[in-house]
Amino acid sequence: MHDHPVSIIENPNRRDVPNPREITTEPRFSDRAFRAVVSSGGFIALLLLGLISFFLLFNGFSIFRTEGLSFVTSFDWIAESIESGTEASYGIGAMLYGTLVIGFLGLFFGFPLALGAALFLSYYAPEWLKKPMVLIVDVMAAIPSIVFGLWGYYVLMPHAEEWARLINKYLGFIPIFSMPGDFYTRSPFIAGLVLAVMIIPIITSISREVFAQTPLDRIQAAYALGATRWSMIRAVVIPYGRGGVIGGAMLGLGRAIGETVAVYTVLNLVYDIRPEILLSAGGSVASLIVNKFSEAGPQELKALMAAGFVLFMVTLAVNFFANAIISRTARKE
Amino acid sequence: METPKQLLPDFLGALGAVIGTLIVVAFSPMAGILGFVLTFIIISVITAAAISGIRQDRKAAANSVSTMVIYFLAAFVLLPVVSIIFEIIRKGAPGLSIGLFFDDMSVTSTDAPLNEGGLLHALVALATIVSIPIGILTALYLTEVKGKAAGTVRFFVQAMSGVPSIVAGLFIYAVWMITFGGTYTTAAGALALTILMIPTVARTAEEVLKLIPTDLREAGLALGATQWKTVALVVIPAARSGLITAVTIGGNDAMNWNPFSGNNSALPFYVWKNFGIGTEIGADRAWTGIFVLMVVVMIFFTIARVLGNRKG
Repeated sequence: MHDHPVSIIENPNRRDVPNPREITTEPRFSDRAFRAVVSSGGFIALLLLGLISFFLLFNGFSIFRTEGLSFVTSFDWIAESIESGTEASYGIGAMLYGTLVIGFLGLFFGFPLALGAALFLSYYAPEWLKKPMVLIVDVMAAIPSIVFGLWGYYVLMPHAEEWARLINKYLGFIPIFSMPGDFYTRSPFIAGLVLAVMIIPIITSISREVFAQTPLDRIQAAYALGATRWSMIRAVVIPYGRGGVIGGAMLGLGRAIGETVAVYTVLNLVYDIRPEILLSAGGSVASLIVNKFSEAGPQELKALMAAGFVLFMVTLAVNFFANAIISRTARKE
Repeated sequence: METPKQLLPDFLGALGAVIGTLIVVAFSPMAGILGFVLTFIIISVITAAAISGIRQDRKAAANSVSTMVIYFLAAFVLLPVVSIIFEIIRKGAPGLSIGLFFDDMSVTSTDAPLNEGGLLHALVALATIVSIPIGILTALYLTEVKGKAAGTVRFFVQAMSGVPSIVAGLFIYAVWMITFGGTYTTAAGALALTILMIPTVARTAEEVLKLIPTDLREAGLALGATQWKTVALVVIPAARSGLITAVTIGGNDAMNWNPFSGNNSALPFYVWKNFGIGTEIGADRAWTGIFVLMVVVMIFFTIARVLGNRKG
């Protein structure tokens, strides 16, 4: 007897070779589980945002109902008091106005500096300077806000008061620079300066990212046509990056609006709308919450929740808008 | 390279600007450093414009002016950082002593001793542990699963990174203390920090995962691995150092404390308390606290940098 060589496939008696794998496009169980876990993790951010607005609105709702629209338009913040029998009245109009004032002041001082720094880093800086300077701007972004607050209070304020005096001396005839007394400390002007320093890193880094996307062939075309560096920037870089830079500025504004600790240390809260930016009287919704929180009764707490809800909505709206502008610019290749 | 002869006008211009500034400051009401700096900027811009205007044309003059302005703007951006770091070292370092970390200062004052700064780390560590999985899962959803809602999720995560710390604190207060009637604990503070950390971790991790070449994923799938195996055994190991960086950056973010997240004498609270006293000694302690805080922040920052630069 001699065996014919029999291939494995033809031999029905061989049992140790597995059957060919079934080919399917159907995801396996492990993949379905993986996708489910990852997706639910991805939705936690959405869920959290929803929960934040729900809980703040839920706790502040009674205030919105009793105060109505006057919660965002009226200026007075009077907590209920049993001894004096005063009726509670809550309005964050002055604080909202103050928030916008210091936010825009921060942008006014910070935006040109950040834009200049971004242009410098992208088109002017020598190679050896680029890395250390990017590092310094990143360090700036990592500094905790309480550090900015203390620096603003102890180091910047004495100087800023002098600057405010000079502005008042030479430009005092303009209403916003006028000064009824001699109260230069803790003014919106100083808060704006501190905020400017705090928002420079984010505007700089977003502007740099946007500038980096400018097509190189256009830049080289501009130079080939004899453009100077500045006319190249004006003709190519600025038109290309305008949207992204504006979006970056708005993100900075969003940060400035939500900033709490630093503003609280360098701003004197006054429940009134004052046009003078050099005067020691300003407002900030975030600082109001810190200021009133520790001694707030149950009803005032509700009003603070309502204020928090308004602040949340404003920052969310600003951020949405900013991100929409930035991503639209980024997509325009 | 320009020859020395070509550089001569620039050099003379700079010299002229300095001398001109000194003369103007000496003979005008402009005084002090501020006056000197302002005059110097104005004069040097005018000089730059004049030199290039005369040598070439108006376009060259505009170029010189803008170059000068951008150099000055960039220099001014560096000024506050330099000032902050200088002042922290000048005012904070003298108060440092070994005893600061071990001795109890409650004898000398009613406020918390600095040695409880350790609590900050507990807070940050707890927040990190909670936010790492959520942040990385979000990033995986955006890069690996690419679900239908990826665009929306990305948009909301971006918006979430702008949530003010005070709102996060209020939210935790509303949930923890009002709804569940809890008292303040480290865990509650950590949850508030988590909200601030998630978007940072998620966005940085997404950037890192995007850098992993698609080839690696396709190779994994072509070898018959499931997507789960590909991600767990190929993509994540490849992105490991970047993901650690993402976590470290998130931890750094959590240093952005607000009064709601640290009633427990964490380091920033120590600074805040001592600042609030308003006395000389309180201010000194606040500066020392800030010095220590900045050292901690810088350690985090350096770790993130070193890991981020080590491409792997």
